Amino acid sequence: MSISKFPHHDVAVVGAGLAGLTLALALARSGMHIALIERQSPDQLAAVEVDGRTTALAASARVVLEDIGVWHRLEPYGGPILDIRVTDRASPLHIHFAHAAVGDDPMGHIVENHILRRELLAALAAEPTLTAYWQQSVTAFDGAGDGSGATATLTLDSGTIIQAPLVAAADGRGSALRRMAGIGVRASDYHETAIVCTAYHEHSHDGIAHERFLSGGPFAILPMLDNAAGQYRSSIVWTENRSLAEHLLTVPKPRFERELARRFGDFLGQVTVPGEVWSYPLSVVVAKRLTGPRLVLVGEAAHGMHPIAGQGFNVSMRDIVGLRDAVTGASLAGQDHGSPMVLSAYARKRWPDIWAMVAATDGLNRLFRTDLPPVALARRLGLASVNRLPLLKRQFQRHAMGMLPFGR
Amino acid sequence: MVNPDEPADFVSQSADPAELAQFAQHARHWWDREGPFAPLHRINPARMDYIRNQAIQRLRLRGGLQPLAGLKALDIGCGGGLVAEPLARLGAETMGIDLVADSIIAAKHHAQGQDLPLTYRVASAEELAAAGEVFDLVTCLEVVEHVATPSAFLATVASLVRPGGVLVLSTLNRNLASLALGKIAAEYVLRWVPAGTHDWRKFLRPSELAAPVRASGMQVVDVTGLNLHPLYGWQARGPALVNYLMTAVKPGDV
Repeated sequence: MSISKFPHHDVAVVGAGLAGLTLALALARSGMHIALIERQSPDQLAAVEVDGRTTALAASARVVLEDIGVWHRLEPYGGPILDIRVTDRASPLHIHFAHAAVGDDPMGHIVENHILRRELLAALAAEPTLTAYWQQSVTAFDGAGDGSGATATLTLDSGTIIQAPLVAAADGRGSALRRMAGIGVRASDYHETAIVCTAYHEHSHDGIAHERFLSGGPFAILPMLDNAAGQYRSSIVWTENRSLAEHLLTVPKPRFERELARRFGDFLGQVTVPGEVWSYPLSVVVAKRLTGPRLVLVGEAAHGMHPIAGQGFNVSMRDIVGLRDAVTGASLAGQDHGSPMVLSAYARKRWPDIWAMVAATDGLNRLFRTDLPPVALARRLGLASVNRLPLLKRQFQRHAMGMLPFGR
Repeated sequence: MVNPDEPADFVSQSADPAELAQFAQHARHWWDREGPFAPLHRINPARMDYIRNQAIQRLRLRGGLQPLAGLKALDIGCGGGLVAEPLARLGAETMGIDLVADSIIAAKHHAQGQDLPLTYRVASAEELAAAGEVFDLVTCLEVVEHVATPSAFLATVASLVRPGGVLVLSTLNRNLASLALGKIAAEYVLRWVPAGTHDWRKFLRPSELAAPVRASGMQVVDVTGLNLHPLYGWQARGPALVNYLMTAVKPGDV
């Protein structure tokens, strides 16, 4: 048959965020030839200044990372979550999840995003079947008409042309590839902003995560590993009404720290924020279709959700495993892994989980936002009763740990 | 019905004109997953899994994504290339042959731009055999039941396997289950395949399929059913109720 004049790969992954890097690694480890296209450089991706967020790696995500041989690189940087305490405003009723209720392992680990990226990049560098196209953007996507052609073609701004039977769009919430493929989204703005920073405190957090439902929105204290100097730190995800959040971002640091302390409390002693404060406007974005002709959307390109339960990345991990299994399964049987049959089977499997998680995070957020007395009362009683029903609580906990993905 | 001693009729043994006309009529639909060949698309991953696993086991291959790399494979009665293309994707230097020219055109069209080690020819098994060609792996799936004289045809097919090589066949069993499911249900009730696709009287029992293969000096090493699992879909496992696959090896160095 004719030899194509363009480099040919099995899968072209567009976007080297957490989802794109993990997907590229998972596929390359399966022996597939991967093109990874990213508009930034590896140094930019691994810089702490760019992304101050942390990611909660649930137990199920850990299993995946172990499977693709990268967990041993991450474990030294992961703050184990031994206990989660959920409280509603000042109510004394609370719900308390201890990892001992579901096994010996921690419920998850908190890892800084820039470290996740740095370690994933280091693991990728050792993969012989991966070709990276750094600092290049996709300017055109051709899914071979209706996908009946053999390969999709990507044109990069450098002039490079890449062909592959399957293109995976992992280019985030505002996915350019999704737009080029004409796939619409259902989106809703929460009119909230997440303020993210690293808080240093006098006492150890003992591996306890706190999720507080305050009137401005959920306020999370996530236990990070102590820094090199042995200082205790926690990652803060502080959801606030957008206008108030924008104001808080402009006030002098001591004032910001006072506002933070009001919500954080003094149970860990004095709280300071020596470093940068980041902010992220919150919205929910769900693609109308997960696939197109020789195209599949993964991670936030497919679903961006409220960070309330820290589930976004865990859902993305299930995308990655599902796609890896679909693609390698097809390849092992010599099938065209970018064919509509493989892609529609993947989408059918993924939708129930994605919708369940979007609905759950959206519903949780709305439920805990309201001050309507009957709802607030029901909510508090609900929390307290969940706490008293060990079976139901374990079930909740397993979901949060990603051990029971919906719709599997 | 099958007589291994039947003399080989060079022209008609694999060419049944009525059967060929039936396929020619649908040739342009080979890759339409919702079209007349939809059932083949559904069973194909299971068939390919079986071929892959048998090839790895019998030829002592290493596995991986391209386990057939370095091998020469032949798919007889390739149609639109539903088996030949995957064989090439698994690494084998593959030839697909069919007597229906329209099918070969469809197969070539579909393979365009895929960079696969794949060639297609309008040819009969007899022509290749007469030219003395041999292959490491020969597949001939859902073909025998469309052939006028299966025993002579199978002898020719077996001669295309090199010593130490592997032959994978598939067909439909001739029993009451296959009359009910493979013929009446599939063609008239569920309409999975066009009415008239199969003549149930031409279906072969595993023993009838095995006899001419053995008579050609090959060893039948496996017979596996292709069955619909309620949860996992089509799978190559279990008894040969309706559709089944058979593997034979030719004595010689692997």
